[in-house]
Amino acid sequence: MRSTSRLSLWLLLTPFALWILLLVLLPHVQMLRVSFQVRESWDTLAFGVDQYRNFFTESYYWRTFLRTGVMSLFTTLITLLIAFPVAWYIARLARGRAKGWLFLACLVPFWASELVRTYGWMILLRESGLFSAGLQALGWVDGPVEMLYNDAAVIIGLVYNGLLFMVVPLVTTLEGMDDNLVEAGYDLGGGHATVMREIVVPWAMPGIVSGCIVVFMLTLGSYLTPILMGGKDSAWFTGQIFTQFITRFNWEQGAALGVLLLVLSSLIVWLGLKLTGQSLRKVMG
Amino acid sequence: MIRSVPRSRWFNGLYLAYLVAFFLYLALPLLVTAAFAFNDAPFPSLPWKGATLDWFIADGSDERTGFFHDDSLLAALWVSAKIAFWVTLISVALGCGNAVLFERLDFRGKEILYLLLLLPLVIPGVILGVSILVFYSGMANEASRAWAVELDLFRPGTPLVVMGQVSFITTLSTLVIAARLRKFDPQLEEAALNLGATPVIAWFTVTLPWLLPAILGAAAMAFLMSFENFNTTVMLTGSDTPLTVALFNRLREGSTPVLNAAALVLMVASALLAALVMRRGSGNSA
Amino acid sequence: MAVDIDLHCQNLVRRFGSHTAVNRVSLEIPAGSFFSILGPSGCGKTTLLRLLAGFDRPDSGDIMIRGRRMNDVPPNHRPVNMVFQHLALFPTMSVGDNIAYGLKRRKVAAAERRRRIAEVLEQVGLAGMETRFPQQLSGGQRQRVALARCLVLKPTLLLLDEPLGALDLKLRDQMKVELKNLQKAFGTTFVYITHDQSEALVMSDRVAVMRDGCFDQVASPEALYREPATPFVASFVGDNNRFGGTLLAKEGELAQVALANGHTVSGRLAGSSQHSPLTTGDRVDLFIRPESLMLGTPAKGHCTLTAQVRTTLFDGANSRVEVEAAGERGYVRLPQDGSVSAPQEGSSVTLAWDPQLARVFASEAS
Repeated sequence: MRSTSRLSLWLLLTPFALWILLLVLLPHVQMLRVSFQVRESWDTLAFGVDQYRNFFTESYYWRTFLRTGVMSLFTTLITLLIAFPVAWYIARLARGRAKGWLFLACLVPFWASELVRTYGWMILLRESGLFSAGLQALGWVDGPVEMLYNDAAVIIGLVYNGLLFMVVPLVTTLEGMDDNLVEAGYDLGGGHATVMREIVVPWAMPGIVSGCIVVFMLTLGSYLTPILMGGKDSAWFTGQIFTQFITRFNWEQGAALGVLLLVLSSLIVWLGLKLTGQSLRKVMG
Repeated sequence: MIRSVPRSRWFNGLYLAYLVAFFLYLALPLLVTAAFAFNDAPFPSLPWKGATLDWFIADGSDERTGFFHDDSLLAALWVSAKIAFWVTLISVALGCGNAVLFERLDFRGKEILYLLLLLPLVIPGVILGVSILVFYSGMANEASRAWAVELDLFRPGTPLVVMGQVSFITTLSTLVIAARLRKFDPQLEEAALNLGATPVIAWFTVTLPWLLPAILGAAAMAFLMSFENFNTTVMLTGSDTPLTVALFNRLREGSTPVLNAAALVLMVASALLAALVMRRGSGNSA
Repeated sequence: MAVDIDLHCQNLVRRFGSHTAVNRVSLEIPAGSFFSILGPSGCGKTTLLRLLAGFDRPDSGDIMIRGRRMNDVPPNHRPVNMVFQHLALFPTMSVGDNIAYGLKRRKVAAAERRRRIAEVLEQVGLAGMETRFPQQLSGGQRQRVALARCLVLKPTLLLLDEPLGALDLKLRDQMKVELKNLQKAFGTTFVYITHDQSEALVMSDRVAVMRDGCFDQVASPEALYREPATPFVASFVGDNNRFGGTLLAKEGELAQVALANGHTVSGRLAGSSQHSPLTTGDRVDLFIRPESLMLGTPAKGHCTLTAQVRTTLFDGANSRVEVEAAGERGYVRLPQDGSVSAPQEGSSVTLAWDPQLARVFASEAS
């Protein structure tokens, strides 16, 4: 009996190990290695921190880096604020069939790819787009208005992309909450704000953190939306990585930028977990 | 705030208005995209020039080529389908194994391995693509330079795209299947043994039917995610571009209603797939 | 041997680390009887059952079913079936498929299978329910499906792991009677484990009281109730009052006990009095059941004890008076036939009992 369980353990452990080693761990180790390689001539390599020095001396790099980080955090926060009342309604107020349909309605946009969603927003916001035409028809503006290619447009698109990933974990945790908890909160003399702060938010914390992590990761790593909807000065860090790899063939610089993005995302996820006292296992698994 | 706590009328009204605005925000881009697939104008914008199916079925004779006659997009669609097929197959198979590994077995270092399992969720998709490109393509370059061996498998192309997508879709399919397995009562397997089944038969007659809805759900999810993925794919794709990348390249040249048509076809196909899985799922749990 | 022995266990031991869950348990169950293992949770009864079913292996000792050694037989080859605590009906299969499961494993032909399923469903009172799903049935119906699923295989031994635990009180009382009747009708040997003494007493031919991995006593329900072998059995099976004191004197099978407040009462020494190891001055416990205590003027030969009434607990036929006597809390059954009126709270009453009905045990250090 013991030998059969050992056998099944190895049979199951092997594919897992192959997957995590060959597709996740080793490639990242190699990326880290390449980021410290300095190409001296076509076939000689040395190790150094040239790429990282470039990052800190070229203001274009680190400005974009900071911008991407800050805007991602901002997008995450807005997504949370927009999604919470909706999740609350679906989880606690809607009943029976309406509940199922509303939940489904939140999922529907995500049957279309990010490209399609972004494209939809472009049709709406651009100079010849629907909003511009609508404003002109109403007589509020005289000529076409360009609403695309600015930071606000980028954030509208990014929030749109993240909503599903915020609503679903929020609905899941809020559904598990007992109405009696809230009733007890009021019964013992709490007002709306107190009940929200002391009872609802702590209860929903795993869902909030899980939603925020996913949305933040998606936003930070998104490429299509900021590139297609952003203006000339709204560069996104993933765009720079893309440029290094695809147009400049400068893998070493690209790898270094990749490592920096990974460090930033890990750091912020780690900080988020620490500050809220959650564990990755609890919020993601 | 909850049903039993009274709310004022204006609060209710405001709440309702907010919900309506929210769902409008969700629906608008998709509705607009779908609508302009039928506009009889070469550019997807107002004014409305009447309805046409040209952007789906025109055969190029009238200066218009519909999606179903656009050879390059159709080729890209086929590439996407092939990639999605392999990604689904591999990531669901791995997901089943991983789910059993983490839900049913105990071994040393399980906690750490579980964190490794979750790791791809906190790596941006671009980085997953970049790291796999650097590792495998770099390996192919080295092999070519040092031993003049051509490892074309590891050059950007369909196999590399499949590997890149499997790297994170496996985590998601594992979580979906593991969540279902966690609700499985191990006593059911014991009951099967008790009624005379061997362990293998018990697995196929009792555990697998229980997992089936989750496996189908994971497969549909994997297929959609693979089909729609851009960030990882764009780093790894070679000359045979999948559909999202092809559409992106097309979009940079300028938008045409063919893009709307392609988008609509994709949306309808995804909706059908999702509806199919949901029907099966609900039919099974009843 | 006069009767066939279906299950015979010899010195079964199962350890988990330093904890011995089953400690040298031996038992013999005659064919066709209803045998219960009664004990508090954590006493090792579930472990014992899993050893019998083959989901766990004993560290030492033998399990023999109809004379065949079972230790190395895997669970799917034992002539033993089990009704699980949460029933473990397969949720993905209909009632018919659940019952067919074991028959299919035995390669019973489809037509024969259908006939036997219909027959067993008829016997458990669920005729025609083949196509329903377990989720669509009531709690009692699910119980019967779980039974039918096992009984259709005609096992030598049917193990039941507290299957009534999930039912509400009324249904549980109903199912107790029904289970006993079904056992009689099928003639299968039942091994039933429970922590509920009423289930064990009502249904069983014999009951084993288990504690800390050992059997304290194996006896018929009535013997268990009237002649408990240990203080644990006396207090665990049925309601009982316990008064602690010291042994003053032994008179034949009776013992004089001095209680904490100086009162002297008497009761029968447990076990055979000749071999009682108790000597004068030992710490002892006197057990007396609430229905053996009487309020009012004592009859001749009864011993008495003064007590304070705390409160009256009305519960129909099971109404009791809570009293305090000799520093201990006790209960007296209050007959509801009008023969005794409920005493005033706080008043003093005299409790009286026939010393033959009280049991005196050496006090257990616990």
